[in-house]
Amino acid sequence: MNESVKKVFFRRKITYLVIFAALIAVYIISASATEFHLSEGLASFPKAMAWIGHNLMPDEKAMKRFPKILDKLIETALLSVAVTVIAAIFAFFFSLFGSKATGFNGIVNRIVRIVAAFFRNVPDVVWAMLLMFSFGQNILTGFFALFFTTFGLLTRAFIETIDEVSAAGIEALNASGANFIQTVFQAIIPSAMPGIVTWILYMIETNIRNSTLIGILTATGIGYLFDLYYKRLDFSSASLVVVSIIVLVIAIELVSNLIRRVIL
Amino acid sequence: MPILEFQNVSKVYNNTAKALDNVSFSIDEGEFVSIIGPSGAGKSTVLRCINRLIDATSGSIVYDGQNVMKLKKRELRQVRTKTGMIFQHYNLVDRLSVIENVLHGRLGQKSTVCGVLGAYSEQEKERAFAILDELGLADQAYKRCDELSGGQKQRVGIARSIMQDPKLILCDEPIASLDPRASKVIMDHLQKINCERKITCIVNLHQVDVALKYSERIIGVSAGKIVFDGRPDELTDDKIHAIYGSDGSDLITDIQGEKS
Repeated sequence: MNESVKKVFFRRKITYLVIFAALIAVYIISASATEFHLSEGLASFPKAMAWIGHNLMPDEKAMKRFPKILDKLIETALLSVAVTVIAAIFAFFFSLFGSKATGFNGIVNRIVRIVAAFFRNVPDVVWAMLLMFSFGQNILTGFFALFFTTFGLLTRAFIETIDEVSAAGIEALNASGANFIQTVFQAIIPSAMPGIVTWILYMIETNIRNSTLIGILTATGIGYLFDLYYKRLDFSSASLVVVSIIVLVIAIELVSNLIRRVIL
Repeated sequence: MPILEFQNVSKVYNNTAKALDNVSFSIDEGEFVSIIGPSGAGKSTVLRCINRLIDATSGSIVYDGQNVMKLKKRELRQVRTKTGMIFQHYNLVDRLSVIENVLHGRLGQKSTVCGVLGAYSEQEKERAFAILDELGLADQAYKRCDELSGGQKQRVGIARSIMQDPKLILCDEPIASLDPRASKVIMDHLQKINCERKITCIVNLHQVDVALKYSERIIGVSAGKIVFDGRPDELTDDKIHAIYGSDGSDLITDIQGEKS
């Protein structure tokens, strides 16, 4: 083997070694700074599991609460669907102005993207806490908190989708003299529809999960029930809430996969 | 009578790169003109300046008696309705059916509401089917465009532009993504449209041999300038090398073979 080839392999080995050593060093430094001991952490794991197995099993008492849980669960799910759909409608029309393919000028594009980034990057929990000042502990607070983040995220996602899949059709219809609104309905909506539906279904799933957390803050929906049982130390009922949320999210995921397969 | 006249047209990108440099030429009604030249020479820019998908920086472009560079939005749309365009990548709405894509050619002449709803008259639909039949796509009318081959897609593109009843069709590398057989079908159709419907065609081409075979006139573009403008039989080897900036016989096109 010639010298330069050997050198290349040697250098690669050294690089891996240095990276590995650096990772170990970072772990040691941060563990000693936070007084975290891996062995103790691992040792307490079986105990934690045993506690969960003992306390967090939905029992008979919890099952009696099931109708109430189901009621709140449906309320939360429907709210998430409503929020997502309404936010998607706003986001779609807003994203038309943020897309490069639709031919609005660069300043309009940039403003739309900045506004969308603002709504998206403030976490929904923070939105909920801010909005609590205006709406109080109310279902509207949760609604708007989810609406803002969903709107920001979907606007961004729709801009990407339109730029990616609709640009060619938009150019052709522009060249044939079609006006903007005709182009939206005849080129952008048909070509971007699968992407748009996929994003909406994904956001519905995400929003059901997030609305639980927001419900704890705003004392509404399924999050409120969880908080209530948890603070009463009624762990078995609280765990039933968690289990039912998981089942719902999985169910929604299955349904959305089915929808996606049919429309694509 | 010229249908299109370029006078000292220049296009500058970002204040530095000159895509078109003082381009002047005129095209008569009913002509079949090919524009050849290396990639990045400005062929595409010439076409797109005509229907203002790109705005030229200076000069004047008179098309069918109007200076297109001075048009307002509404007038520009009017001009675009009488100008068909065919693209290298077909630019169809892939998820719609063939017939819907052909009918898109009518959008420019329809009201916004009818266009949004896709409400076309019986007459328009009959015409769309007749055009598809003529292009050999009658059996594909209800298929989705993403099920078609490249050659079929390009024929849908041609049908869409005929549907506009254009005076001029701009073809931007119509056969650059097609195999030789499909390329021949497309070029034959373009020639037929030009002869039978008397629609002026301007075609950007990479293939010198195709340009020689089909066009009545060839314009050679190099680095934003017109370096050749004449009949195919005036295009000698030297002139081809001037267009492509090559010397000797290092081009893949063997035109001597094609000419004989």
